[in-house]
Amino acid sequence: MTINQDDAVRPARAAEPRQPREPREPRESHARSWKGPGGGFLVKLLLMMLVNAIGLAAILTAYRAQSWVILGVMVVLLLVADWIYFSKRAVPMKYLYPGLIFLAVFQVFTLFYTGYVAFTNYGTGHLGSQQQAVDAAMIQNEQRVEDSPSYPLAVVRDGDELGFAITDADGVVSVGTLDTPLEEVGGVVVNEGGTPVEVPGWEVVPRADLFSDADLQAQVTSLRVPVSDDADDGSIRTREGSTGTVYLSTLEWDAAAETLTDTATGVTYSPDGRGSFVSPDGDRLAAGWYVGVGFENFQRAFTDSAYAGPLLQVALWTFAFAGLSVLTAFGLGLLFALIYNDERLRGRKIIRTVFILPYAFPAFMSALLWRGMLNSEFGVINDWFFLGANIGWLSDPLLAKIAVLWVNLWLSYPYWLLVTTGALQALPGDVAEAARIDGAGRWRQFRSITLPLLMVSTAPLAIASFAFNFNNFTIIFMLTGGGPTFPGASVPLGSTDILISAIYQISGVAGGRADYGLASALSIVVFIVIGVVSALAFRQTRKLEEI
Amino acid sequence: MRKSLVMIAPLAVAVLALSACGGGDAAPAETATGSASESATESSTGGGDAAGASLTIWSDAEREQAIKDAAADFEADTGATVTVVQKNFEDLRADFLSQVPTGEGPDITIGAHDWLGEFVESGVVDTIDLGDRVNDFEPVTVEALTYDGQLYALPYAQEAVGLIQNTALVGEETPATWDEMIQMATDAGFAERPFILYTAGADGDMYTSYGFQTSFGAPVFQQDESGSYLAEVGLGGQGGLDFAQFLYDNGSAGTGYFTNTVDYDIGNELFASGQSPFIVQGPWTIPTFQDAGVDVAVGPIPSAGPETAAPFVGVQGFYLSAQSSNALLANEFLTNYMSTDEAQQALYEADPRIPALTAVAEEVASDPVIAGFLESAQNGVPMPNIPEMGAVWDFWNPVQIALINGEDPATIWPTMVGNIETALAN
Repeated sequence: MTINQDDAVRPARAAEPRQPREPREPRESHARSWKGPGGGFLVKLLLMMLVNAIGLAAILTAYRAQSWVILGVMVVLLLVADWIYFSKRAVPMKYLYPGLIFLAVFQVFTLFYTGYVAFTNYGTGHLGSQQQAVDAAMIQNEQRVEDSPSYPLAVVRDGDELGFAITDADGVVSVGTLDTPLEEVGGVVVNEGGTPVEVPGWEVVPRADLFSDADLQAQVTSLRVPVSDDADDGSIRTREGSTGTVYLSTLEWDAAAETLTDTATGVTYSPDGRGSFVSPDGDRLAAGWYVGVGFENFQRAFTDSAYAGPLLQVALWTFAFAGLSVLTAFGLGLLFALIYNDERLRGRKIIRTVFILPYAFPAFMSALLWRGMLNSEFGVINDWFFLGANIGWLSDPLLAKIAVLWVNLWLSYPYWLLVTTGALQALPGDVAEAARIDGAGRWRQFRSITLPLLMVSTAPLAIASFAFNFNNFTIIFMLTGGGPTFPGASVPLGSTDILISAIYQISGVAGGRADYGLASALSIVVFIVIGVVSALAFRQTRKLEEI
Repeated sequence: MRKSLVMIAPLAVAVLALSACGGGDAAPAETATGSASESATESSTGGGDAAGASLTIWSDAEREQAIKDAAADFEADTGATVTVVQKNFEDLRADFLSQVPTGEGPDITIGAHDWLGEFVESGVVDTIDLGDRVNDFEPVTVEALTYDGQLYALPYAQEAVGLIQNTALVGEETPATWDEMIQMATDAGFAERPFILYTAGADGDMYTSYGFQTSFGAPVFQQDESGSYLAEVGLGGQGGLDFAQFLYDNGSAGTGYFTNTVDYDIGNELFASGQSPFIVQGPWTIPTFQDAGVDVAVGPIPSAGPETAAPFVGVQGFYLSAQSSNALLANEFLTNYMSTDEAQQALYEADPRIPALTAVAEEVASDPVIAGFLESAQNGVPMPNIPEMGAVWDFWNPVQIALINGEDPATIWPTMVGNIETALAN
């Protein structure tokens, strides 16, 4: 190790004579200079103008969309960027700032958002806001009055007031607005389809206006013109602006009390604190909204007896899978690296390239390919290597585990071949030579010199690889889909499910009832597990460096 | 060295800013149209000065072109712009569910009818009204897209699996019962694999096998008199047990006709290469077989039990977003442009599924293959559109495989029914 440190220091020493002995004014930065190639300051100015232009555009868009949080964040980010790149005092930040923003947007935000969702019941049936749930309830409740004919309809307006003009079966035209029920009018001109085209006292809104004006569209689709003074007779609504039909809605929304009342039955639905409208009898309206539920998702993950048993099995297998994957791939990769690092071997560069090929294929494709090859009846593995025997590689719990490990080994040993080859070539030759002179055999050299030196540089990578395999969703999902299923288990989990694929199953994100709250809570648990394991492992690797 | 770094740093910020607004402004941009025109209307009292409104429609690759063609007339008539966004069919459901509440969803999406329950619970779909036109559609398609008495989508196609047979090997005549079919295949020399049961490999696929199950009188959910599904499991009882026994008897512990090895490609390959004369599959596999030069005949699924085999009928439709800011335009497009015979004919030609409009369906049924699938579908029942169905597949499919693998039907079938009931109760 000391040799390496020397190497690292040497260039700095070489540069030393160039340093001036007397302290003097530091040379002007290129980014402030007007002279020299490119005129550094001009280039900086141009780039910052670009940044400011894009930033301002984003701020304006946020303002128009009334996304105040995004607007605030963008303003702060832009001001800080301008200060940093035009100030003399913030030199380190000039390098760090872009990275910090990436960290904030792609890591910290995602992390906190997942954390937030974990404490809500966000999922199927609880996706939007309370207002959206009310809208949905109104939509679902409003029924077309049976046997109501479709009337030819024209949208009319008088200043700001909108109304509908409809022609009934006898050719009589009536006009009404939100507040005034339909009333017969005379002197109307209708076209051959029966649609009123001229209504005295009203301006008929041209269809083109309707189609081009989103705001007007919204007003028209939400307008209900009462048929008569009796609300139970229903009201005319139009969906596409050319026909009107009588609809009847029996739900009433009381925004102050936050209750929906069914006027036909008198039942009141009120919020139950879990994002649903519930009647006193326990009837629930279909649509709900998402609310905070505290630690409930975490509680469910640990205390629900249906999950406890299978999840424990899954957790044990996850550790075994991640651990064995790293060990086997590391072992095989190192073995090949040692063999093909021998300078007496001819064509080793070509051979090494061929070995690395599995690493170059997309993992999901390889997994699908292996799935086909491992098919017990038609797969080539059984046909070629097991005399056509019907070995259920993917349907037997133990064999499926072996198959998953085998395919993952095939996928990941090239990585370790690459890493260990590099590390081996960087090992100092003199230490090995000294050992040889002292009479150490090949095995002794490997065990006492090569491996410990190798571990210093590769142990952190092994930990990273463990963490990666812990969450290696791709191979499980593509190869076995978690199967074979635990026989008779009350949750749809299987023998090769690892925690992350189990989360995918349990939370129903695949189809059926998605429960993103539970999924987020479980992924936070997995995150904590990986974090603790990695921290402990890194602590251990520090000992390796004390050679 | 230092110089280049200093110059790279602002560049990185520029790139970053670009990516940051790329991530952040999709939402603002869309809502911005709403608020911009709002301010425009305030000043000019609803003047048509806003440039033509636009409709966004989600579709899968197969139907994208047909929708665009149907939209061309609409665009010419109304001045609106129709943007068809192509997505994987599998992604449509989840994306629609998660994006509509945020205001970023489309105005219209294509979709399958069994997504409806979830859409209604999540409040993301609007009702639609086809007026008298509704009577022109096959009743099963309207029923499938109806939830609690309200129609939620414009139906346009229906599909069901049917029995496909290789006419060169077993002739044209469709067998009426399971035994007849096995006899036909055995006589033709296919005693070892008389029939291909698609099981999605070792995952299980009860969608394809459902016809056999219903022939034993075991529906997945009980139905009321009108045919609407109740959330009451119908898998228990003698019919269910008989079906479980049937799977067991033809699995590895019995005749060996059913295996856990047939995935989609293998099943199609076995049939296309003439290694087995019968397969139950959907209309979407027909091109594969015809390309391989196989002459096929299609008919209803043979009964394995005492009753008629009733496969699941899937219905495809156009859903309207509950948060659409162009609801009027979208309704106009659906009811007056997409529901015409011409539009439905164009959709059929782009992606041959049985049309939902009776007139168009009858016209295309001159093709015997389509006629065969239509006959199978007429025996069928709509796949349940209640959200409870999601929980059923998770338990149902693995048990099919377990039975084929030779596990005891008398224990694992009742366990499955119990598990499904527990999952539904939660």
